Amino acid sequence: MTALIELHDIAKTYRMGDVSVEALRGVTLTIEDGEFVAIMGASGSGKSTLMNVLGCLDRPTRGAYRLAGEEVSRLGPEALARIRNRTIGFVFQSFNLLSRTSALENVELPLLYSGLGARDRHARATEALRQVGLAERAGHHPNQMSGGQQQRVAIARAIVGRPRLVLADEPTGNLDSRTSVEVIALLQALGRSGITVVLVTHEPDIAEYAGRVITMKDGLIRSDERRKARIAAPRAEAPEGGAAAAEGRP
Amino acid sequence: MNPLEIVRVAWRALRRNKMRSFLTALGIVIGVAAVIAMVAIGDGARVRVEQSFASMGSNMLIVLPGTTTAGGVQGGFGSLPTITWDDVKAMKAEVPSVRWVSPGLRSTAAVVSEDQNWTTTVNGVSPDYFEIRSWPMASGAIFSPSDVDSGTKVVLLGKTVAEKLFGAADPVGQSVRIKDVPFDVIGVLATKGQSPMGQDYDDAVFVPYPTFLAKIQGGLKNVVQGVVFVGATSAEGTAKAERQVTDLLRDRHRLAPGADDDFSIRNLTEMAGAMEAGTRTLTTLLAAIAAVSLLVGGIGIMNIMLVSVTERTREIGIRMAVGARPRDILLQFLVESLALAIAGGSIGVALGLFTAERLAATFGWPMLVRPGVIVVAVAFSGLVGVGFGLYPARKASRLDPIQALRFE
Repeated sequence: MTALIELHDIAKTYRMGDVSVEALRGVTLTIEDGEFVAIMGASGSGKSTLMNVLGCLDRPTRGAYRLAGEEVSRLGPEALARIRNRTIGFVFQSFNLLSRTSALENVELPLLYSGLGARDRHARATEALRQVGLAERAGHHPNQMSGGQQQRVAIARAIVGRPRLVLADEPTGNLDSRTSVEVIALLQALGRSGITVVLVTHEPDIAEYAGRVITMKDGLIRSDERRKARIAAPRAEAPEGGAAAAEGRP
Repeated sequence: MNPLEIVRVAWRALRRNKMRSFLTALGIVIGVAAVIAMVAIGDGARVRVEQSFASMGSNMLIVLPGTTTAGGVQGGFGSLPTITWDDVKAMKAEVPSVRWVSPGLRSTAAVVSEDQNWTTTVNGVSPDYFEIRSWPMASGAIFSPSDVDSGTKVVLLGKTVAEKLFGAADPVGQSVRIKDVPFDVIGVLATKGQSPMGQDYDDAVFVPYPTFLAKIQGGLKNVVQGVVFVGATSAEGTAKAERQVTDLLRDRHRLAPGADDDFSIRNLTEMAGAMEAGTRTLTTLLAAIAAVSLLVGGIGIMNIMLVSVTERTREIGIRMAVGARPRDILLQFLVESLALAIAGGSIGVALGLFTAERLAATFGWPMLVRPGVIVVAVAFSGLVGVGFGLYPARKASRLDPIQALRFE
């Protein structure tokens, strides 16, 4: 396996008036291609900041970050936008779907910015929705869907651009436990299809599904252990068809 | 992101807040409509002035006899007849820049046909008069120089008089009586319309001036008891003609240098120019006031776009997270404000044209809209859209994606 993510001595300091807060204090970390990693930690441990740096939403104050072989820690906003568009997919705790916009159009959004034609966008977004088992909901708006369905739309949006890395920030934070497992099953399926998944959570039972758990404290990595991941069993009727989804079945 | 997609996204965003978009565009609608209507009003007034001066006559000077001053009271122009018939002949013969000269004698009298009578202005003129006034005939012919020399009793009727006396019938060949003297009608003049003061030019009849002197209104033999119309060779020549006629008359009247003229000359071309300049200033003023409302409309756009950027902070964050570049966000908001401005501008053009048309119809002006004004108004509203949309759009494009995603 080759390294998809290589962090070397990453630090991030926020200035809040006269006080400067060190959110990250020298993180060195390598994540291989195809790994399923959970990042844990209490609030204020720096896990969200690490996530933002990994997602190219934020630039570190110090250190080097190689993503898929490219040094990205010093790139400008335009170049970072391109990397987010091509290499990374995001799943957020609060779904962050565009309201009053259909599921299909939400999924199409990243493709809009990669300059794909309308026909290709449509085909790929439809395929992504099918992978998360929501093909028949393509025309629904987010407010017509349950939380679990919204998060699945968000996952479809994360994978529609065929990224190498999916970053999920507390993806189950707003969901009940049964729906959570459903979402985790989808993420595990992504992992099996070769996409690297990095999951931020503070729930130990969600972290159990990851093959590698990194624990953060005070801006540093406290522990980094590999273990056998628990396999999430999706609800029987949820994802219908789709290679990735089908693999999620026990 | 291709331009078509940007426009589509902008259109959807604007449609989402229909009422707000409409009200924002309304500022531009009113601004553009006001500019177009105001310029049309100004142009209409100017053309109206031009037309009425053109109908008075082209390249025309009016020479008025001098004033009497009795006991410090000025009698006004024409109160003392100082211009002789010899002066009139000399103007035509000796001044190179003068092409036509006609005396203008006038009196009010009843003109009587077989069964009708009509009180109107009777004018004594020479054939040159109709050249100076560029006044063609509707039927018949102008009296000839020999009619003038021999003082023939012939008359030309203005259109209004012809209609009052003869209705639809052709008066040419008929005869009318003026002050109990029978005159042969030899022609009817074409419709001339109204003077700048609203007087009906067509309510008049014309006889050769010697006939006028002999039959209508007698008087002093040597001096002109009226005015003299002078036609210059060209519009540019009127100032020169004015100067040359002045020199000629001063010379002929043996006025010492420094003495006041005992006559006065009105240069209609200059008056027309002055009035035209006046209406042009009016147009500019009206357009400037209207342009201010367009500016206010632009501020309205900026205001709403700023609100929109704040409202949609989270949407901007989402778009940035999935790969929208700052440039994409900038363009999207810019296109939205541009769309508002252009839509407002287009509706404003329609409304402005409609208003201008209604106003023209109400005031009886020619409907006149310069295409250039429409182009400028639309271009200016587009400029307003970009100008006032730029700040909010930049603000949106510079948002920090993390902050924007956290925005509630």
